[in-house]
Amino acid sequence: MCTYTTEKIDITGSGKGAAGWFALSDATVYFDHPVHAMAEHTLNIDFRNPGKGPAARVAVELTAESARALVAAIEAALAAVPTLVG
Amino acid sequence: MTSEALTASTITISGYGGDEIEAYLAVPDDGASARGSVVVIHHMPGYDTSTKEIVRKFAANGYAALMPNLYYREAPGASPDDAAATVRATGGVPDDRLVGDVAGAAGKLRSLPGSNGKVGVIGYCSGGRQSFLAACSLELDAAVDCYGAFIVKPVPEGLPLKAKPIVSMAKDLSCPLLGLFGAEDKMPAPDETAELSAALDELGKPHEFHTYEGAGHSFFSVDRVAYRPEAANDGWQQIWDFYGRYLSR
Repeated sequence: MCTYTTEKIDITGSGKGAAGWFALSDATVYFDHPVHAMAEHTLNIDFRNPGKGPAARVAVELTAESARALVAAIEAALAAVPTLVG
Repeated sequence: MTSEALTASTITISGYGGDEIEAYLAVPDDGASARGSVVVIHHMPGYDTSTKEIVRKFAANGYAALMPNLYYREAPGASPDDAAATVRATGGVPDDRLVGDVAGAAGKLRSLPGSNGKVGVIGYCSGGRQSFLAACSLELDAAVDCYGAFIVKPVPEGLPLKAKPIVSMAKDLSCPLLGLFGAEDKMPAPDETAELSAALDELGKPHEFHTYEGAGHSFFSVDRVAYRPEAANDGWQQIWDFYGRYLSR
């Protein structure tokens, strides 16, 4: 299926794309057909800054298992430094 | 023996609202004086190399084919994946704009030397719904819907996609419709395509639907894991047969 699902969030931070570092303004997250990964469906994240054009994008396509492992790793990393991120 | 020579190039066409947009054109170098034409509507991943191959495939089989870059306005000159990500985040292509762009492409094809005036449309994924939309909005000669969702069922709540069901437009369908679907697809699922078929039956609109076992969404995509050669090969045969009947002189 082509799921068409898209979660969109505002974010603050930076990403490194094809033309170097740039400030990020939003991220879209969706589970759908990948462009490059060899899987039927992947969890895709686009870290973007539309104000700087379509190429201001850092993209990842992860298998569902990898995406869940990433979520757990992020949570674990943040939990280790609660006073810094509270 | 035919030479099978063709010419393919990027051109500019006038689309919705008179906007100048990029498009990919492929024309057989066969000197034919009465050939049919096809507007190719790219899939949601965009105006990409695999869909340009499809445009050339039509030319290799005797049709002039033209694919408008539906994402050109948001992302001129961007790579297809960046353009698709941009348009996905903003909810997709508006229906009225799509119709205007297909109208511009069809007009361009009819104006080409060797055109017999007949124009078909074919679309993949989101383009499947858009092919139906175009055929219900414009005077065309044959339409092919490859696994287009949201013709009958609404977009699930919470998604940013602006597409709305358009089955109510079926009464205005201007030409025969060929539908090619995967039995394992969820969008559109077989119950949705059966509902569309029933609606067309009720209206007496000519259509032929084929649903392939063992195939899901995007089974024509040769560069993706979703590719299913058995379904795709038969699907192409259906397309040649269908266009042969309705786009020939």
